[in-house]
Amino acid sequence: MIVKQSKSAEKDPVLEMRNIRKTFPGVVALDDVNFTLLSGEVHILLGENGAGKSTLVKILSGAYQKSGGNIVLFGKDVEIKNPRQAQQLGISIIYQEFNLISQLSAAENIFLGREFLLSPTIIDQKRILDSAQSLLNDLGVNIDARQLVGELGVAQQQMVEVAKALSLNAKILIMDEPTSALTKNEIIELFAIIRKLKNRGVSVIYISHRLEELSEIGDRITVLRDGKYIGTHQISEMTQHDLIRMMVNRELKEQFPKQKQQIGDEILRIERLNRQGSLNNINFTLYRGEILGVAGLLGSGRTELARAIFGADKIDSGMIYVDGKLQIINKPRNAINLDIGYLSEDRKAEGLVLDLSVQSNICLASLGRFSKFGVVSNKQEKDAASEYVKDLRIKTPGLNQKVLFLSGGNQQKVVVSKWLCSNAKVLIFDEPTRGIDVGSKVEIYQLMNRLTAEGAAIMMISSELPEILGMSNRVMIMREGSIAGIYDTDNVTQEKILQNALGAA
Amino acid sequence: MKSKEFLLHNARQFGTLFGLFVLVILLWILTPHFLTISNLLNVAQQTSINAIIAVGMTFVIITAGIDLSVGSIMAFSGVVLASALDAGLPLPLALLIGLAIGMACGLFNGLLITYGHLPPFISTLGMMSVARGAALLYTRGRPISGFGENFRSLATGEIIGLPAPVIIMIFIYIIAHFVLTRTKLGRYTYAIGGNEEAAVLSGINVKFFKTMVYGLCGMLSGLAAIILTARLNSAQPIAGIMYELDAIAATVIGGTSLMGGEGRIVGTLIGALIMGVLRNGLNLLGISSFIQQIVIGSVIIIAVLIDMVLKRHKK
Ligand SMILES: Nc1ncnc2c1ncn2[C@@H]1O[C@H](COP(=O)(O)OP(=O)(O)OP(=O)(O)O)[C@@H](O)[C@H]1O
Ligand SMILES: [Mg+2]
Repeated sequence: MIVKQSKSAEKDPVLEMRNIRKTFPGVVALDDVNFTLLSGEVHILLGENGAGKSTLVKILSGAYQKSGGNIVLFGKDVEIKNPRQAQQLGISIIYQEFNLISQLSAAENIFLGREFLLSPTIIDQKRILDSAQSLLNDLGVNIDARQLVGELGVAQQQMVEVAKALSLNAKILIMDEPTSALTKNEIIELFAIIRKLKNRGVSVIYISHRLEELSEIGDRITVLRDGKYIGTHQISEMTQHDLIRMMVNRELKEQFPKQKQQIGDEILRIERLNRQGSLNNINFTLYRGEILGVAGLLGSGRTELARAIFGADKIDSGMIYVDGKLQIINKPRNAINLDIGYLSEDRKAEGLVLDLSVQSNICLASLGRFSKFGVVSNKQEKDAASEYVKDLRIKTPGLNQKVLFLSGGNQQKVVVSKWLCSNAKVLIFDEPTRGIDVGSKVEIYQLMNRLTAEGAAIMMISSELPEILGMSNRVMIMREGSIAGIYDTDNVTQEKILQNALGAA
Repeated sequence: MKSKEFLLHNARQFGTLFGLFVLVILLWILTPHFLTISNLLNVAQQTSINAIIAVGMTFVIITAGIDLSVGSIMAFSGVVLASALDAGLPLPLALLIGLAIGMACGLFNGLLITYGHLPPFISTLGMMSVARGAALLYTRGRPISGFGENFRSLATGEIIGLPAPVIIMIFIYIIAHFVLTRTKLGRYTYAIGGNEEAAVLSGINVKFFKTMVYGLCGMLSGLAAIILTARLNSAQPIAGIMYELDAIAATVIGGTSLMGGEGRIVGTLIGALIMGVLRNGLNLLGISSFIQQIVIGSVIIIAVLIDMVLKRHKK
C-alpha cells in the first residue's frame, strides 16, 4: 500500500474521458467533464447527490449514450454503444441494484449468456460449476457456487458480481456505492478483494458517500459538482474537510447537529412481541421527543421489528401500546391511522412509485389530509412538496419530474420526505440516509430534530454507528431477533455496541 | 418553459394524435366521402361504445390488471335492462338497474382479485364466460326488442347537432380525466399499478381501491350496454363478443402501459378514435372484412412497437 503512493505519474492511463457532456430533457447531467483512470488504481468519484457520478459511469458501461466528448480506451478512440460492447472492451460495472437472477445458482449467474457447452445445445454444468468455484475461491470468499443467488446475503451477492466481472476479464471495474448496504466486516472483506484486484492490474472506479472509507481504499479522487468537473487529487493529500469543501462548495458546520430535546411521555410501548423465526420477546418503550437508535448486524431482526410494529408482517404474539392504549395493528393502514410511519430500507421495491412524480410520491401517504371528498387539492400538495424539495435540496427539474429520473440519493430524499410530510408522531426510519451525501445528511438530521422538538419520536435503524451515536438519545442493540441491550448514548461507545451486537459482551 | 414542459409531459399523446391526423389525411385523399360532417359524426357515434368501455379498461390496465369480461358484462347488463324496460319499470330505474348489474359484475371481479388473490386474467376470463352464460340463460338465447321513444332517444337524440352517444362519451371522458388526475382514486390507481408494495406501505387501502376500479369498469360496460341497446332497439345476449379486444387495443394504442402505472385518459380517446376511423375508412374504401382484420391487427402491433422503440431510445 505504501509503496504505490506517488508513483502514479509513471503509470499509463488506461482510460481518458474528455469533455464529456450528457443532457436529459430539462437537465444537464454532465457538462464538460474530464476523467483519467490509471492502470491499477482505485479512483474515487465524489460529489453531491445528483452531481452526475452515476451518469458518468453509465456512459462508460454503455447504459447511456453520451451527448458529447470522447472516450479513449487503451490509447484508442472508442464509441461504447451498449453494455455488451463495454464488457467486450473490458469494462464491467456493479450497480447498487444487482443484476443477478435469484432463482439461478451463483455459478449459473456468473456465466449467464456465456455458458460452456458440451454440444451446441447442451450446457457443460460441471465446467461452469468448477470455473465459478475457482473464481470464488480465488477471491477468497466462502461461497458455494451451487447455491441459489436468492439465498445469498447482499455482500455475498456482491462477491458473485465481482466474480462475474473477473470472469469477463474486466480491466476496468466500476462500483457504484458498493458499501451502502454492507456491514463493517463485509466492507473490510470487500476492500481486501479490491486490493487483490489492484495487484492484478485491474483499475477500479469507486463511488461512495462514506468519506471515512475513501482514504482507506482510494488512490486518487475526482470531484464533480452540478455536472461539472471540479478537480482530481491524490487522496493522501486531502483531508475530509477539503473533500467536503470541494464537493459542496460551502462550509459544513457539524456532521451531527444533535439538539437535546426535552424527553416527554411514553408514546409507543412494545411488550413481549414475538414472531416465529425472526423476533423473540421484544420489550421496549419509545418516548416523545427522543431519537432511539437501533443498531445490530444484518439479519439481527431490526427491519423485522420495524415491519412487525408497522403491521407489514404478522406477529405471533405481543402487545403494542400507542399513547398508553393497547392497539391492534394488522396492516400498515392501521399503523398509519395511529400516526406511525415506516421508511423502509429498500426504496425501489417498497418506497417509491417510480412512474409517479416527485410531488405525488412525497404526498402519497398524506393524501387524506390534502383532499376533500376524494378530490386532491393540487395547491396544498404542491406547497407541501416544494417545501421538502427546498429543505432537503432535492435536485429535480420540477415537481412533476418522474422519480424514476432522479439520482439515487435524490430518490432517497423523496422517500424521506414522504414520511416527514405524513405528520406521523412515531417514525420508524430504516437506514434513512442510505446513499445520501454528507451535506444533505445534515439537512435530514435537522428535520429530524424539528420533528422531535414538536413531540414526535423517531426510531432510527442504521448500520452507520457514527450516525447512531451522533443523533440518538438512546441506543438499542439487537442480536438474533432479541434486544441485546438499551443504553443512553452518553454511556456507550462503538466498541460496546459492536460487542453487544456480536454477542461477545 | 411552461409550454415546453407541457409538450414534454404529453409527448406520447401528441404522437398518437399525430398518428390519428395522418390517418385522417390519408383517408381524406383516398376517399372524398370520409371528411364529411355526417360521416365524421357517424364515426364518433360508432366509436362511442368502445371508447366508453375503454375508459374502464384504462383504469384497470393502469393498476397493472386486465378485464376480459367487459363484452360479456355489457351483454348481460343489456338484457337485464331490456327486460326491466319490457316489464314497464320507469326509465330511470331501468337505467340504474343496467348500470348496477355491470357494476356488480365488476365488483365481483375486483373481490376475486383482491381478496381471492386470483390473477386478473383468470378471474375476468371466468367472468367473461359466466356473464355471457347468464345473459343467454336469462333470455333463453333470444334477443329482447322494441322499446319506447324516450329510451331510444339515448342513441338517436341530438343536442346542438351532436348525437346523444357522443355527448355521453365526451361527458364520461371529462369526468374520467378529472378522476384520474385530480382525485385520490386516480392517484392510487397509478400508485397501485406502479408499485403495489409501496402503495400498501404508504397506508393505501389497495384492496378497496382496486375493487372499485373493477367496479367502475363494469359500470361503464353497463353504460355501453344502455347506448347499444337504445341504438339497436334490441338487447342481444350475444352482443359485445370480442369487445374486450377493441377496448384493450384503444387503451394500449393510447399509450397506457400493460405493465401498469402509466397511462392517460386522453390517449385512450385518441386510441379509440384511431380504431373507429380505421374501421370506417376501410369500409368506405370497400375493403373486405378479412383484410380489415389484418390491417387493424397490424396497426395495433405497429403502434405498440413504435412506443417501445421510442421508450428505449429515450436513454
Ligand atoms: N434517465 C434520466 N433522465 C433524466 N434525468 C436524469 C436521468 N438520469 C439522471 N438524471 C439527472 O442527472 C443528474 C445526475 O444524476 P446521477 O444519477 O448521475 O447523480 P449521482 O451523482 O449519481 O447522484 P447520487 O449520489 O444521488 O447517486 C441528476 O440531476 C438526475 O436528476
Ligand atoms: Mg448515483
